[in-house]
Amino acid sequence: MIDMPSSPVKTMNMIDAINSALDVMLDRDDNVVLLGEDIGYFGGVFRATANLQEKYGKRRVFDTPISENGILGAAVGMGAYGLRPVPEIQFADYIYPGLDQIVSEAARIRYRSAGDFISPMTIRTPFGGGIFGGQTHSQSPESLFTHMSGVKTIIPATPYDAKGLLISAIEDNDPVIFFEPKRIYNGPFTGYYDRPVEPWSKHIASQVPEGYYKIPLGKADIVHEGEGLTIITYGTMVHVAMAVVNEHCIDADVIDLRTLLPLDIETIEASVQKTGRCLIVHEATRTSGFGAELAALVAERCFYHLEAPIERVTGFDTPYPHSLEWAYFPGPVRITTAIEKIMKD
Amino acid sequence: MRKSDKQNLPSLNLHIPEPKFRPGDIADFSDIDIEDVGVTARPDENSKPIDMQHMATGLIRVLDMEGIAGGPWDPKLSSSIKLKMLHHMVQVRSFDDRMFRAQRQGKTSFYMKCTGEEATSIAPAMALAHDDMIFPSYRQQGILLVRDYPMLDMMNQIYSNREDTLKGRQLPIMYSSPEHSFFSISGNLATQYPQAVGWAMASAAKQDTRIAATWCGEGSTAEGDFHSALTFAAVYNAPVIFNVVNNQWAISSFSGIAGGERATFASRGLGYGIASIRVDGNDPLAVYAATQWAANRARTNNGPTLIEHFTYRAEGHSTSDDPSSYRATEEYAKWPLGDPLERLKAHLIREGEWDEDRHEMLKKTMDDEVKATQKLAEKNGILGHGMHQEFETMFEDVFEEMPWHLREQMEMSLAEKISKFSTKSKEKKGQGND
Repeated sequence: MIDMPSSPVKTMNMIDAINSALDVMLDRDDNVVLLGEDIGYFGGVFRATANLQEKYGKRRVFDTPISENGILGAAVGMGAYGLRPVPEIQFADYIYPGLDQIVSEAARIRYRSAGDFISPMTIRTPFGGGIFGGQTHSQSPESLFTHMSGVKTIIPATPYDAKGLLISAIEDNDPVIFFEPKRIYNGPFTGYYDRPVEPWSKHIASQVPEGYYKIPLGKADIVHEGEGLTIITYGTMVHVAMAVVNEHCIDADVIDLRTLLPLDIETIEASVQKTGRCLIVHEATRTSGFGAELAALVAERCFYHLEAPIERVTGFDTPYPHSLEWAYFPGPVRITTAIEKIMKD
Repeated sequence: MRKSDKQNLPSLNLHIPEPKFRPGDIADFSDIDIEDVGVTARPDENSKPIDMQHMATGLIRVLDMEGIAGGPWDPKLSSSIKLKMLHHMVQVRSFDDRMFRAQRQGKTSFYMKCTGEEATSIAPAMALAHDDMIFPSYRQQGILLVRDYPMLDMMNQIYSNREDTLKGRQLPIMYSSPEHSFFSISGNLATQYPQAVGWAMASAAKQDTRIAATWCGEGSTAEGDFHSALTFAAVYNAPVIFNVVNNQWAISSFSGIAGGERATFASRGLGYGIASIRVDGNDPLAVYAATQWAANRARTNNGPTLIEHFTYRAEGHSTSDDPSSYRATEEYAKWPLGDPLERLKAHLIREGEWDEDRHEMLKKTMDDEVKATQKLAEKNGILGHGMHQEFETMFEDVFEEMPWHLREQMEMSLAEKISKFSTKSKEKKGQGND
């Protein structure tokens, strides 16, 4: 981990931590501006920008028309001016109308202009399911972004990480997409949908410094150490995997990637070479998901250390269903089955 | 397929717009209603968009077809400014001819001329402040020449040679120059529109005095980006000028395919509450006046303006296009608004500021300048098989710092360089150095 900063620590959930990161950055840098649908006076549908317009004024925190294409296009222009825009896309499922401004514009401006212009924006967007959001409020499109060249992809799993990573993202001079696992905004959901969710306050990572601190992009976190298995995961699924590990006393390294791109390959390699078994867990659809890239990397780099085939636990290749959400969700049952299979060989 | 069971109703009809003339037809534009100079009045610069909606169907003109300037829009420019305008129009035409030929000679992959549309970039560039931010499309090379961007750098970019400031990464003509307040050209259409608005919003938020101006063709007004941009500009009263160069053709699709049969392209701004004007795009003085009017509005917080430049694309879309396969060959000759360069020239001759001899001399001077610059550029290499840059440069600038996976791929490419390209790339280097 990094040095603990000296500012007072407060108990925060994910939303509080994200709000605090935005607050800190708006305060530190006049060029930081927030824009998005319902983020101004109202403070965002998930309240991530609550009170920020009041504190920093309408020119720095403002509502936009319902046009993801316009939000992201304007953010590219603002970046070219010298601002550091932090657009919010209300749900990751809504990002597609603005995708061209990310893939063809923000991601390539540094390259195509040979550094003449940059696009230092951080796109915040809630993603993932488990909230009965149906097929338009539940998707996990992260692999679209890791597949395009020129965008950094961040997914925090705790309030502490969310704040430190978001500050790093905003200060970064490249475009960053910052996916917020909305299922764990209020507590570390374990995938046992029929049990009450613990609030963040019972989790150590809810102890978040009020001031400025950073967590470097591109560094994974080993959240549980073991010898027999490596579980590579991120976002909500970190807590689901951890619940299984704790429940069944699995002797596993659990790696919370935190950054998908650039990927912390060293941590992955070291762990798989130690354990010889690898399980990849994500909520996104399976085919061409980020797990496919992880599996390929592990196969390329750790093949002779592997004692069992690499396993993937993922969402199914269907649209995200509504009533069958818990049948779709890659919860403890699917993870436990995969672990049993991997450990048998 | 299921069809309606209401057999007593007339059947529906799908309308597919079709241009009036195709190859082999005799073009006749006599049905295009061209207003006389002075008919479209000049509203006060503080006018509200709602009070001048008629401007979207008018036509701002200054020069008549004999070269006489008049009417309320006459910017009454000094002869030195008008001569500078003519100079750049001759210069860009000479540049275009030379670069088009260079492509035909196999020296590069691609080129796009702006013939017939020179006024739509040169006149605005002269009417704007030098540091107003340009978000161009791909046919505004005239702006760079007005802003004294080195022609040699343009050619180096077109050749993707070793002096190309963009390191050979972009298709020819996709220039970029922050020093000249000229944003990197994308190649995707209309993406620059919301970007220009974002830049203008930032300028306003920072209480700056600079405004933004952006360009697209009438074809790309159909893109979502165009409409997002207009929405944002209207909502935030952004200091931005939207130029729509209606040159009648989007590659092979006539303006009707973009919706031009029903309304002018300027009138697209009306629903957004944006000041929307239409200008004779082949009249450099009218274009200058329209831009100045829009810029003054933007600079005094009167908000965005949409300017439709009514013009004609005299040449193919690009070197990859053959317009004779989809439109009548003599359309440009019949175009009722003539040629912008000839019209300005006629005006200056009429004013006694210019004559045929001096014009021939100017053309020769420009041709010589272009030729000499081309020679210099070719010393830095022509596209050929490419690979004028070090292989490492392919992996730079994807991110500010190169991550491990790109570093690994870079090493792979360097290994390929040694095993596959070593003799070839040495030869190339030798050629480039002579």
